[in-house]
Amino acid sequence: MQHVKTGNGGNGIAALDVSAVSHSYGSKLALDDVSFSIAPASFTVLLGLNGAGKTTLLSLISHLYDTRKGAIRVFGHDIRRSSGEALRRLGIVFQARTLDLDLSVQQNLAYHASLHGIGAGEARERIAAVLDTVDMADRLKDKARSLSGGQMRRIEIARALLHQPPLLLLDEATVGLDIQSRAGILATIRSLVRTHGISVFWATHLIDEIEDSDHVVILRQGKVVADGNVASVVKANRVQTIRDAFSRLNERMAETLP
Amino acid sequence: MSDGATQTLPLRAPPFRLRNYAICLKGILIREGLRFLNQRERFISSLVRPLLWLFIFAAGFRQVLGVSIIPPYKTYVLYEVYITPGLCGMILLFSGMQSSLSMVYDREMGNMRTLLVSPFPRWFLLVSKLLAGVAVSIAQVYVFLGIAWFWGVKPPVIGYLLVLPALFLSGLMLCALGMLLSSLIKQLENFAGIMNFVIFPMYFASPALYPLWRIQESSPLLHKICLANPFTYVVELIRFACYGQIDWVSLAVVLGCTVLFLGGAIIAYDPARGLMIRKQDTGGNG
Repeated sequence: MQHVKTGNGGNGIAALDVSAVSHSYGSKLALDDVSFSIAPASFTVLLGLNGAGKTTLLSLISHLYDTRKGAIRVFGHDIRRSSGEALRRLGIVFQARTLDLDLSVQQNLAYHASLHGIGAGEARERIAAVLDTVDMADRLKDKARSLSGGQMRRIEIARALLHQPPLLLLDEATVGLDIQSRAGILATIRSLVRTHGISVFWATHLIDEIEDSDHVVILRQGKVVADGNVASVVKANRVQTIRDAFSRLNERMAETLP
Repeated sequence: MSDGATQTLPLRAPPFRLRNYAICLKGILIREGLRFLNQRERFISSLVRPLLWLFIFAAGFRQVLGVSIIPPYKTYVLYEVYITPGLCGMILLFSGMQSSLSMVYDREMGNMRTLLVSPFPRWFLLVSKLLAGVAVSIAQVYVFLGIAWFWGVKPPVIGYLLVLPALFLSGLMLCALGMLLSSLIKQLENFAGIMNFVIFPMYFASPALYPLWRIQESSPLLHKICLANPFTYVVELIRFACYGQIDWVSLAVVLGCTVLFLGGAIIAYDPARGLMIRKQDTGGNG
């Protein structure tokens, strides 16, 4: 693995610390000794082809699966030992659509607020604020079913922000969206990092979503094959662009496979 | 984009209090209620099914199936009166399985994940979901009992109140069973098997439609199966409660089964010990 820079920002608690995590489905090893950490107020891209283990890793971080080997800490809270405290600090946007289509936007968000113990009055204020953040304030009363794919994704991002988490996980959040919607959602998320100091962990297989200032973790067949900022990953692979580095890392890995 | 969301949770936030738990429970109850109200077909079919049995089946079989005087009845009763507690149980049974179906659907559609990543303890979330399902079931039973009243099924007025704890406990047991089953079902399509292998056998191998002594007369083996069926005790618990009595054996069995099924469901949905991990339900392709 190319471990160019840890990305934990020096001193202070890492927003997310993944340490020696492995996970199997039966005999199939999905994640193999994965370690990295991400700094507060940073945009980290988890890059990998389909089947690389991105969703499995995010399922472990969000405690949908149990971390049997290794440890995961969210702002210092171990996901196994203090899962509640860790989950309070996590906002999650899943790859699959998770809005209740029969409920309105307001009802969907109010339900999420209640799942985080937020009372009705405070929830109303927060719902207005987060919908404003994702430019969807005018769709409050609309049924989720009536929204486009991009709009649903914005509502899911608003929902993930509702309990004010300092760390946001997004699993292939732009999959299935048109170019304009993709760009809009990415811009919204990046501005959250800049303006509100939120840490973002962005899982994708789309290399054009990466910017030069990003921290990149590249996953290949369950292993971390690169971890660092874009410039250092590019330099370590002696190529010109992150796209070339990603291709080279995937080729190298393929060569080492039996 | 505006600067609407301005804060993030501090590193050391106060722990959840009882009030927060109550808010969470209320939210889950409201959501389940809204879903039920939004699915009018589900509400109508949940009523039509027992009403068909009451209006058509019971009327047809009234003359064929004689019911002798057995507790809690102190006199001969119409067949419609006899099968009403079983039909209440049927509503709870279908509703419990329906909530299990909705959990499988939620899991396939991804909605279940939003519940499971809540910071509240997993057991609390599942119990809350269970209570929401039970509340919806009980509302259906009371609407059915209201309609049955006009059909001449008139237990003592106090019975309508006294049956509530029996309905609650029975609903809890059947919803917990549904929840446990939902953890074992990988795909929505597999749910059809539940109809054939759980709902119908449980319903027919019980005193819902005919007294156990009649079953014993025709088949001692079937009688033993009925005695091993937890739904038998649901029906009897409701039947006795309608007449202000407690059938202690039924109460004990229903309580015991509730604990067993609920415990099983909580373990099954526990990421550390449960069955979910075996399903590779990652919901993504990454």
